[in-house]
Amino acid sequence: MVRIGVVGAGKMGLSHLSILGAHPSVEVAGVCDSMGYLLDVLEKYTGVAKYTDAQRMLDTADLDGVLIATPSASHVDLVGAALDRGIHVFCEKPLSLSAADSMRLAERAAELGLVSQVGYHNRFVGTFGEVKRLLDAGAIGQVSHALAEAYGPVVLRPKGETWRSRRSAGGGALYDYAAHPLDLLGWYLGEPDSVTGAVLGRVFSAETDDEIYGTLGYASGASAQLSVNWSDESYRKMTTRVTLWGDHGKILADRQEIQVFLRDTASVPDGYRRGWTVANTTALTPPVGFYLRGEEYSAELDHFVRSVERAKRGETWDPVNDFTSAAVTDVVIERFLHPDDASAKVVEPQAHGWRAARAARRSERHA
Amino acid sequence: MKLDRLLFGDNQFFGVNHMSEERARQSAMRFQDTGAIIEVIDSAYAAGVRSFMCTTHERIAEVAEHVRAHPDRYDGFTFLPCMPYAHKYANAVTEHGMLGALRHFLPDEGYLNAAMRGGRAFAGKDVEGLVTLLVDSEMKMFRGLSTPVVFLQNVVVDLLLGLRFDAAFSIFADHVRSRYGAEPGFITMNLPLALETLERAGIENPIVCSNMNKLSFRVSGGTAAYDEVLATRRFRPIAMSVFASGAIPAREALEWVHARPQIESIVFGASSRQHIEATVDIVEELWGETVAR
Repeated sequence: MVRIGVVGAGKMGLSHLSILGAHPSVEVAGVCDSMGYLLDVLEKYTGVAKYTDAQRMLDTADLDGVLIATPSASHVDLVGAALDRGIHVFCEKPLSLSAADSMRLAERAAELGLVSQVGYHNRFVGTFGEVKRLLDAGAIGQVSHALAEAYGPVVLRPKGETWRSRRSAGGGALYDYAAHPLDLLGWYLGEPDSVTGAVLGRVFSAETDDEIYGTLGYASGASAQLSVNWSDESYRKMTTRVTLWGDHGKILADRQEIQVFLRDTASVPDGYRRGWTVANTTALTPPVGFYLRGEEYSAELDHFVRSVERAKRGETWDPVNDFTSAAVTDVVIERFLHPDDASAKVVEPQAHGWRAARAARRSERHA
Repeated sequence: MKLDRLLFGDNQFFGVNHMSEERARQSAMRFQDTGAIIEVIDSAYAAGVRSFMCTTHERIAEVAEHVRAHPDRYDGFTFLPCMPYAHKYANAVTEHGMLGALRHFLPDEGYLNAAMRGGRAFAGKDVEGLVTLLVDSEMKMFRGLSTPVVFLQNVVVDLLLGLRFDAAFSIFADHVRSRYGAEPGFITMNLPLALETLERAGIENPIVCSNMNKLSFRVSGGTAAYDEVLATRRFRPIAMSVFASGAIPAREALEWVHARPQIESIVFGASSRQHIEATVDIVEELWGETVAR
């Protein structure tokens, strides 16, 4: 059995807690949240051990792994504390609000030989996995352009009451929504050489972004455009979509469907034909042992659990969405805050001040 | 009570299609007007369907109002509410946080006993008061209509299964029976685990609706596990996602269900008179009886 503690009992935390609770190889060893009310209800009705102090849970619950589903600004400290104790970590996205912090956490996890995973669940969606397989097979040839989109009805009024409405706490469409299509682009095309034309727009929010647009350039000569809006009520729920153009064809995928157009010049993979082929999630998604909200959430946690099991047996495991991979996404997110074509005189002093202040705070903490 | 063989669902009215988001959008466009929804329900009624298994979406409240206003046209018609409509709660949690969302949906005014129940429930961390209040809030739209079964939606059922929050199931079941004279029903994507849990919660011979289809689409644990519980467990199964959003041809899909006689009912969604009539015809042919019992 793998003993796992959960930090953060918000919407994602509760969902993960349920999936872990149904996993045959997992014992939920504790739940930590600052909201005592919810913990009391969980303890009263489900018997799970409750903690209001994460450090205490990490110290005393004898954990193999921890799942961190807290506001993003707290990820660095919590992940660091877990790694320091030799505890494997699954952390919700983004890994941190600073690319440098993410890279340090990735190095530390690797040095310690700990399983690390970040909740970029789209890599476990059958259609997006199929895109990756087709690209690796060269089905559409050399990719020249991609469009990565995410839309949904999250902020539809000027007022919000949670951490999601403050960028400084890791809220906003950039960290919450844009992270997903950016992670998919990283998976498909690698790390970009440039980020330009970044727009962090506001529709309703006062202290953070509701829209993210921009252009990414790659060493291969390919380009990509990002289009994200979480104030889009024309969508019933969050929708992520990727379109890729190559010299031998085109791929369009969302979580339900992949549509592939292959030109006469393409070498045609099994199951496809020249012209259009459509495959859908029913054919592409392997079943999971417990379903809640989507196979991808169960599959990603199952992958983490199995990786921890292998680590405990002294075996190697297949890293998916590990901290190294997530750090690459965090680098790109940060570049949207400081795009290559931004005016240095406008951005540099603020960025420098922010980094200096953060470095000072970190120095004080470690002193 | 005896469930009808064929229950009419409502996914098609709210842009839910597991195969294609484009088709989901087209469907959502067509049914933006409640009149269009009523038209399809009338087609189902004309074809002999008498049970409407529906969410507690605001638009269904308008359908309920229409049926209430024209009782002569809807003799024998029943609503089987499935609560809560998850997206409105999920979006509220995102916007207001967990407690803020609860405050958002609990009535601020109204009956003194409701306010007292809510206030005491909050202070005592007693979910019974909260659950019953939320159920009552959702059931308001069906006032005066026949609701022989009241379902708990799969997002909530499955969340509670994983949390091992067994008490919530018996609280829901007791309240639905005592206050509404209805049978509790449970929708789940995890049938074997749900049956185990409902039995542990003391709910005997439960009405349970789950994905059951030839493709094993969203059949957690696989078809063999589902066939085993069909053969060994005492419960009243309703099959959903029988056509796997159109991935399985209708006759083939229904023949597969018919080969499993323990399955008591099928819930299906369709957008056109032709599809509704075709489905009704196949069901009546295979089972040799009308779809409403």
